[in-house]
Amino acid sequence: MTEHNASCDSRTTAAAAPTGNLVEVRNLHFRLGTRTIYSGVDIDIARGRITAIMGPSGTGKTTLLRLISGQWRAKSGTVLFDGHNVAKLSQRRLFAERKRMGMLFQSGALLTDLSVYDNVAFPLREHTKLPEQLIRDIVLMKLEAVGLRGARDLAPAQLSGGMARRVALARAIALDPEMIMYDEPFAGQDPISMGVLLRLIRRLNDILGLTSIVVSHDVKETLGIADYVYVISDGEVVDHGTPDDIRHSASEWVQQFITASADGPVPFHYADTPYDADLLGEGRQ
Amino acid sequence: MSRVLRIFNISTGWLGELGRSTLFLLRILANLPRLFLKPRLVVEQIYSVGVLSLLIVVVAGLFVGMVLALSGYRALADFGAENALGTSVALVVVRELGPVITGLLFAGRAGSALAAEIGLMKATDQLAGMEMMAVDPIKRIIAPRFLAGLIAMPLLTSIFCVMAIGAGGGYFIGVDVLGVDAAAYWNGIQSNIEFSRDILNIFLKSGVFGAIITWVAVYQGYHAPPTSEGVSRATTNTVVIASLAILGANLMLTAVLFSGH
Repeated sequence: MTEHNASCDSRTTAAAAPTGNLVEVRNLHFRLGTRTIYSGVDIDIARGRITAIMGPSGTGKTTLLRLISGQWRAKSGTVLFDGHNVAKLSQRRLFAERKRMGMLFQSGALLTDLSVYDNVAFPLREHTKLPEQLIRDIVLMKLEAVGLRGARDLAPAQLSGGMARRVALARAIALDPEMIMYDEPFAGQDPISMGVLLRLIRRLNDILGLTSIVVSHDVKETLGIADYVYVISDGEVVDHGTPDDIRHSASEWVQQFITASADGPVPFHYADTPYDADLLGEGRQ
Repeated sequence: MSRVLRIFNISTGWLGELGRSTLFLLRILANLPRLFLKPRLVVEQIYSVGVLSLLIVVVAGLFVGMVLALSGYRALADFGAENALGTSVALVVVRELGPVITGLLFAGRAGSALAAEIGLMKATDQLAGMEMMAVDPIKRIIAPRFLAGLIAMPLLTSIFCVMAIGAGGGYFIGVDVLGVDAAAYWNGIQSNIEFSRDILNIFLKSGVFGAIITWVAVYQGYHAPPTSEGVSRATTNTVVIASLAILGANLMLTAVLFSGH
């Protein structure tokens, strides 16, 4: 693993060199109850790029976003956002940094008692003293960017899953953040919504000069838009590199993951006594 | 030995929960002054927990007043003291039943709704989303609901008392149905209910009960596991804990307030 990390580190440095890193995760250890989620991972998120974090469900991808945004705090290791150790920030400082980040939750996390318009206006009304006319212009501009200006009067309950995520995206960019974190943006999307979201993530990143972190287990879509990819499993970074590096990864585990093989280093069967022994009553009762 | 250990574990669990909920209450209290800058948030919640609870409080007030007058009349008539009906109904309602019954109804109607609403907001990542927008949910969601409960409970209790004693409740049964003299009914109330002792007691007790109910409700909702079972348990816990806490607090308050009478 040490050798693997060393080779990974050289690739990370090369990838991040032109613009530096906005987020740096170093030797991160994190446990949730009795379960170890991370046991010493290093991850760099380069400025201005789309970095994807991939891995199977339950491997702690969303946890990483919560650690980067300071919703949870790591006991050991550091998570630096623009040089600040997120775990050590006071609530006031943390909230100041969060105005520089946006997060797109898997569920959209829209406030259900507010309309689409008011949801997008929410962060502007909370953090600025802009006149309502100007807020209206900004909200319409953000909704236009995600193609939902016409849906401004709808309630969140009236939106499809894809539309809700696009509204949440408009809300996430309302305060013009520097970084956006996408939590499983493609999960459960129909092909049209998926295509719209893919284009939006790429366009917003390039036009607004954002830094994007996409957490996903959708291999084809994620490798299609990411500039750099980390593959995580069992609390460790299994491999990382450009999408091409990942496609040609020497790791059997990564190959099983990206080719969706049912059996491989991750066995199809959950560990137990042999099947024939179990049938003969020699297994656990 | 294991039984002792279990009792010890349960006790420390309860103490830990009490400590966490007290810290949570302190965070809410620290955010209350800021609500003066955004009174609209509180007004919306007063509508939600107060105005929408009116129906059940008014109807309960009327029926409790009627039952008290009916049973009180029978007891008083045996001693030829029917004219004291107004006094007996008013004292029981103002000192005990008004705040307690309104509190129990408020816990069932508004407390459970608050816990479910906040629990669902948590389960659907709305609270986490708010935090990610650098908005503190304690300030934006919890504190306005707490203050609204604190304001709505005394108002609802006052309405309950008026309904129970007044024209539709105790007065209707006592005077219109059973024939007690109207002047005697009102006169008894006027001479035996003291503003400084009895009316302020309504506001003090119901204010304390309002704080207890909304505190329990927002704490349970905010800390509910983000599952349907978690939200359901938070709602049930709110009604059970708040109801028992009201009964306990009422005993203590009555002992303190009316110890000399």
